[in-house]
Amino acid sequence: MRSSILQTATRYLLPILLLFSVFLLLRGHYYPGGGFVGGLVASIAFVLHSFANGTDASMKLLGRKPLSLLPIGLGIAAFSVVLPMFWGLPPMTGLWLKGTFPIVGSLGTALFFDLGVYLVVVGVVLTILFTISLTDD
Amino acid sequence: MELLLILVIGMLYAGGIYFILRRSMVKLLLGIMLLGSATNILIFVLGAIVKGKPPIIGSMQDVLDKASADPVPQALILTAIVISFALTAFAIVLLKRVYALLETDDLDDLNTPEEEDI
Amino acid sequence: MMGNLILAPVFIHLFTAIFQLIAWRKTVTQRILSVSGALAALIAAIALFTEVYSHGTFTINASNWKAPFAIVFVADLLGATMVLLASIAGFAVSLFSATGLSRQRMLYGYFPIFHFLLMGLNGAFLTGDIFNLYVWFEVIIIASFVLMTLGGRKNQLEGAMKYMSMNILASMFFLTGIGILYGMTGSLNMADLSEKMHDVQNRSLVGITSVFFLLGFGIKSAVFPLYFWLPSSYHTPPSAVAATFGGLLTKVGIYAMLRVHSLIFIPDDFTKKLLMVIAVLTILTGSFGALNKTNIRRLFSYLIVCHIGFMVGGIAMFSKLALMGTIFYLIHDIMVKTNMFLISGFIMQLRGVVKMEKLGGLYKEYPKISLMIAIVLLSLVGIPPLSGFWPKVYLFREAFTEHHYFFIAALILGSLVTLYVIARLWAEAFWKDVPPDIVVENKFEPLPLFRKCLLLLPIGILGTVSVYIGLNAENIIQVADRIATELLDTSSYVKAVLK
Repeated sequence: MRSSILQTATRYLLPILLLFSVFLLLRGHYYPGGGFVGGLVASIAFVLHSFANGTDASMKLLGRKPLSLLPIGLGIAAFSVVLPMFWGLPPMTGLWLKGTFPIVGSLGTALFFDLGVYLVVVGVVLTILFTISLTDD
Repeated sequence: MELLLILVIGMLYAGGIYFILRRSMVKLLLGIMLLGSATNILIFVLGAIVKGKPPIIGSMQDVLDKASADPVPQALILTAIVISFALTAFAIVLLKRVYALLETDDLDDLNTPEEEDI
Repeated sequence: MMGNLILAPVFIHLFTAIFQLIAWRKTVTQRILSVSGALAALIAAIALFTEVYSHGTFTINASNWKAPFAIVFVADLLGATMVLLASIAGFAVSLFSATGLSRQRMLYGYFPIFHFLLMGLNGAFLTGDIFNLYVWFEVIIIASFVLMTLGGRKNQLEGAMKYMSMNILASMFFLTGIGILYGMTGSLNMADLSEKMHDVQNRSLVGITSVFFLLGFGIKSAVFPLYFWLPSSYHTPPSAVAATFGGLLTKVGIYAMLRVHSLIFIPDDFTKKLLMVIAVLTILTGSFGALNKTNIRRLFSYLIVCHIGFMVGGIAMFSKLALMGTIFYLIHDIMVKTNMFLISGFIMQLRGVVKMEKLGGLYKEYPKISLMIAIVLLSLVGIPPLSGFWPKVYLFREAFTEHHYFFIAALILGSLVTLYVIARLWAEAFWKDVPPDIVVENKFEPLPLFRKCLLLLPIGILGTVSVYIGLNAENIIQVADRIATELLDTSSYVKAVLK
């Protein structure tokens, strides 16, 4: 069952939701938000797309298996955790670059940790949901 | 507010345990989810609720200058929610597999006789 | 700078798993990565152990925050010993699964999940924060769920269902306990908690909370009324997985009990009595269950339950000698139980079955390998110079001086039953001739010599460690002595954490 109303709405909602998820990701360090919520919102965007256009279409939109996001995300997060150890600091210590950058504000390891979480959440949620929905057919 | 939450916790625990004691696998899963929510609210209540005092340090300050809500229980609950999310997702996939293989929802049917073991 | 060594066993497994995820479906790369990662973790664990053994407890505060607020990782002697044992067992299992596991299971991602499991174990042994302990427990159980269901055979899924529901329930109890604990004291750091617990006025609430913890850890370590999930699930996954589970997962529960009871809830008379009753009943049910099992892996599962009772009994007495016995038994048990399941996997390779009535003639065909296995079996039973004997001496002596005669009776019964079932296993699987109507499906013989050696090497490594523990008991007793002293007087732990 494909609803054309949902399909049309999804076409506009998908970019907005993805943008909102990035906003949540960047906002996360000092305000409510962060990698986990951002990742959930992003995966909801893709889930909505798969409701409207079918799972195969969203797989094609994603371009790769969602599971392949997992090592990338884990790698980024783990790297940001161990990075301070090269300066002799305990792991997870927040390191910040001096100065401000456009859009992100200040740049530090916490942001990369959140980015890793974001990718892992998107990967895991989409893997699970696609697995469930694909075995239905 | 506290009394209401405590009543809710009690009801969730009671409902969760009732569901767990049923023989249906789906209800077992629902019961576990209810127990998880009950535990999360329990932690929330035990963190001493205060109203309208977010523990956010203003941009001009270095430390919190007034009494404010304890942020730790929320961090704990958030972690617990993430974990129970993963567990529940896995449990649903497992339930589907079990149902596809055994075509039953009854926990008592989960006992393949020992002879079939290798 | 030494502080960073604490987390090395955790990070090595994490990065191994990440690289294996990148090398998804390349099974040869994954195998090489797994063995080298496990070896690196073993070296890190040995370095950590020697450092702790010679210089005492040291800590690291994650994020560089101050102690009661930061998540603190503590390497005390108990934690470092457990990490060392887990690393030896992990290395052996990694070697075994590199050759003994079917390619199908590797394609489903066995190796990354296995390393996540080891990462969770190491994290649980090293953390000094009670909520962080919960998080590591969850890492362990999520990884173990996936390993349990890997391959998706019918009885595997049935076992996984029971395993999953009981373990989620256990973490729920644990989390509830943590919540109440936080409400009472406002702290999650175990060293900080051990100081603040004295000031709590509401003693009955403390008792109730300790029961929550006891329930959670009791389910995880499979003690008497809560053990049903273990024998009905541990025989279903492949042997390499069962070896990790049987050797390490239940012992995490014992470790957590030791930690919580030494730091937060110092056992009072009631708790001691309760634990003693639980210990006796656990030994009884475990040994009675083992008596009539003919499936070797089911038999081992019941023996796990039986021997958990020995350790809980040691915790119940909570004196220096008893704790030494518990810790020595823990050291011995992790090595031997891991090896037992590896041996069952080896028998599976030789014969294609693990049911006693379908086995036979192993001694005639492989006399040398059989003798090696015999040594492992004898150390499980506890024949005097081997490793199972020494901890029982301590438990025995302490039970006599404390007048726990039921526990002594249960200890004797448990040991006798272990002896009986192992003797029967030996007679049925090794001495008896192959039953006439059985067609032997030997997957071991056609393997090239190199892979044969790789399959036997882990059993040999663990067997050697067992023999070392038995013959060099004096060194192990020294370690156990120091751990028991640290558990009874936690001031050095608290001082190291809070500075």
